[in-house]
Amino acid sequence: MGVEGIGASVVRKEDRRFITGKGRYVDDIKLQGMTHAHFVRSPHAHAKVKGIDSSAALKMPGVVAVLTGQQIVDDKVGNLICGWAIHSKDGTPMKMGAWPAMAPETVRFVGQAVAVVIAETKNQAKDAAEAVVVDYEELPAASDIRAAIAPGAPQLHPEAPGNVVYDWEIGDKNATNEAFSKAANVVTLELTNNRLVPNAMEPRAAIGDYNDAEEHFTLYTTSQNPHVARLVLSAFYNIAPEHKLRVIAPDVGGGFGSKIFIYPEEMVALWASKKVNRPVKWTGDRTEAFLTDAHGRDHLTKAELAFDKDNKILGLRVSTHANFGAYMSLFSSSVPTYLYATLLSGQYNIPAIYAEVMGVYTNTSPVDAYRGAGRPEASFVIERLMETSARQLKVDPAELRRKNFVTVFPHQTPVIMAYDIGDFNASLDAALKTIDYAGFPARQAKAKSEGKLRGIGFSCYIEACGIAPSKAVGSLGAGVGLWESAEVRVNPVGTIEILTGSHSHGQGHETTFSQLIAERLGVPISQVQIIHGDTDKVQFGMGTYGSRSLAVGGSAIIKAMEKVEAKAKKIAAHALEASEDDIVIENGEFKVTGTDKSIALPMVALAAYTAHNLPDGMEPGLKESAFYDPSNFTFPAGTYICELEVDPGTGKTSFVNFVAADDFGRLINPMIVEGQVHGGLTQGIGQALLEGAVYDSTGQLVTASFMDYAMPRADDVPSYKLQHTTTLCPGNPLGVKGCGEAGAIGASAAVINAITNAIGNNKLEMPATPDRVWHAIHGQA
Amino acid sequence: MSTIKLTVNGRAVSADVEDRTLLVHLLRDHLNLTGTHVGCDTSQCGACVVHVDGRAVKSCTMLVGEANGANVTTIEGISKGEELHPMQAAFRDNHGLQCGYCTPGMIMSAIDIVNRHGGNLDEDTVRHELEGNICRCTGYHNIVKSVLDAAGRMKVSAAAE
Repeated sequence: MGVEGIGASVVRKEDRRFITGKGRYVDDIKLQGMTHAHFVRSPHAHAKVKGIDSSAALKMPGVVAVLTGQQIVDDKVGNLICGWAIHSKDGTPMKMGAWPAMAPETVRFVGQAVAVVIAETKNQAKDAAEAVVVDYEELPAASDIRAAIAPGAPQLHPEAPGNVVYDWEIGDKNATNEAFSKAANVVTLELTNNRLVPNAMEPRAAIGDYNDAEEHFTLYTTSQNPHVARLVLSAFYNIAPEHKLRVIAPDVGGGFGSKIFIYPEEMVALWASKKVNRPVKWTGDRTEAFLTDAHGRDHLTKAELAFDKDNKILGLRVSTHANFGAYMSLFSSSVPTYLYATLLSGQYNIPAIYAEVMGVYTNTSPVDAYRGAGRPEASFVIERLMETSARQLKVDPAELRRKNFVTVFPHQTPVIMAYDIGDFNASLDAALKTIDYAGFPARQAKAKSEGKLRGIGFSCYIEACGIAPSKAVGSLGAGVGLWESAEVRVNPVGTIEILTGSHSHGQGHETTFSQLIAERLGVPISQVQIIHGDTDKVQFGMGTYGSRSLAVGGSAIIKAMEKVEAKAKKIAAHALEASEDDIVIENGEFKVTGTDKSIALPMVALAAYTAHNLPDGMEPGLKESAFYDPSNFTFPAGTYICELEVDPGTGKTSFVNFVAADDFGRLINPMIVEGQVHGGLTQGIGQALLEGAVYDSTGQLVTASFMDYAMPRADDVPSYKLQHTTTLCPGNPLGVKGCGEAGAIGASAAVINAITNAIGNNKLEMPATPDRVWHAIHGQA
Repeated sequence: MSTIKLTVNGRAVSADVEDRTLLVHLLRDHLNLTGTHVGCDTSQCGACVVHVDGRAVKSCTMLVGEANGANVTTIEGISKGEELHPMQAAFRDNHGLQCGYCTPGMIMSAIDIVNRHGGNLDEDTVRHELEGNICRCTGYHNIVKSVLDAAGRMKVSAAAE
């Protein structure tokens, strides 16, 4: 390992601009002649739009235009799409209700846009939006899953009778029922996976900029995947043809999934910029983020685990209802199906699994991928079940898991996934040692003597990342391929530009990807520039989500690098009059092995571009591109153990220790990897203890600000103890697995398992607020 | 409309703005100091923290009229040319930031915390004091490390001056 190569905790290249206030986020951008948009949003969860009177608003100072949902329809702007086709048990396709960017006839959740005001300043747009009069006819609303599937429930979409999106299944039902019929013990659990709001700190924003002379559009947007945005805006929304649309996602302030999707506001900003023939900027405020960013999770699940007399698992049966909100967001259909039920096997040998998932419309904000996307829900199901089973079977929770671990790889689960490699005992052992599990009973007794209830909880998670092999996801209904692209340009002076289809919004790609180059070419990372987030610069890309940037995007860079190196070796061999097979690359030099002959990279690059003396028939230049399609998912896995204390007088939880032992394969920059784990753990702890989106029975989101929705703050979470164990991923050239989501996937089960262990009552819902914990200790009295 | 005069990062500035303008919007929209961010609308997140007359203030909560005549320091005004403020350097060295959006407010709050507590900082105090700044990326682990590290560095640089 070089000082800046693979395995070095190099400080981040991108940090200087962020710590000096020079980051460039969408809202920081000002264009000549720019106007400002403010949306008129529905205050009702379900209503008919009977009329919109903009006459007063149009007379207000600075107002340029008021545009409505009907104009979107008249201009034939396409409805929002869902890009993953799922079929129900009976073979029928999922039932998609129409979702126009602004509602012309019916609103189905609070905050849905019906009109937009464009004005010279943001304040003028806001003022005028107050003067737009919308005549609503209120309709009854279904604000949660139970209300939506009850007999006589309000119906959201004529396309979806009973508010059912789909009724899907996976696994072998008969084999699973058979396994249960032979069981010595069956453990049953009912679980709620609480609804979360992603809350990236930068609210979404967009600037549409239409150039009428060129008939060309530019969209600046807070996106995790600008090429996907361009594709969808062109192919499905008819706003601009692909070759006349440039999408730029500059610095983006966090995403966590919520910035994957192409939202109505971006469509409207782009469409409106042509309408008013001026740039149109929209920047959401936090309440708009709560109301209109895609939410996450929101499952109701009943799960059962069957054991034989030796406590070996025989089968798993799961039934889940998943809340979709009012419309099907871009990847929503895949989240509670192929990203959820395929991971229900966890780290365990489970011979038979059957899961069924009913997707349900409700009068709430759309629900889609949020950090982990389906995998946290799966992990929560199996890890709560394992802990509950250990308690019912009166065995040690670590040993019950160990007894059922998959230990032979590759391992085919009954639910599609084939785990390529892992060592679950190694991460369990590392975590047990770090938390001093053997010393827990003594610590628990001491806490008891001090009036505190101390508990310990496990979570042995596995996830599928490196999303994803295109052919595999295509066969499961995905509308796109999930490869990644890269281009490596060695400039004539030997500096290097890497263009990647991945997008960094906090992950540190500028550093990690530079380290890949430093490792191979021996050049300092200061000589490497990473370029991303601009469809006019980068050839194509599928973006960043599903912990895919390094495993898929990094592998694409390696593939392009290999082509560059092969050509550079030919040039070096020609210049040194040696055989190409004898050329090795060391510390930025091309050397002839066994001699002192060498040529430095800049000289090779210069030779490539002067082209005065290249091998016969060789094209000038030194730049190559590659598309990389993974052969399998990657399977990061690990053990999290949480030790905490509960104050029985207040129900308040205090962390004593939180250990995370993860296997992410090879680490390129351990410092960045650990930062990703810290952040993920905190979101998982947030779900367990603090966060929950709450709708009242009329469909009002009562947690629509940071005053009402409890985000984890610095004094809510502990410092973490991290361990790494390593099995190298055989599926990609770097041996990496991905680390972005693990913390959020594994943490919440560990916390709830620890609290329920402490209080001796297994019935506890998330978020486990002091109020809920107190009642779980003392009963409802 | 009012004419507001104040000092920002050592420079005297004047702007004609609507009375309802918040300090953060004066900085971002009129003075092009876009390092100060807006992350919420309820004064909870702290992305907008600047120093007004030496104290940490959420600039989304202050009308420009209240800042008239004040001495304001933003994230753009704390380094000495190329030389980073010790708090900035500590955030970089300890990986105390990821997406960078909360970072300017976090750094401005953290400087104020160290100024008020001097060297008497421990992890619990830092965590308690950071209550008014929300970060969604880092889980605070490395932010706490950064602040404790910077407290030491600031003590050293104060002793040197």
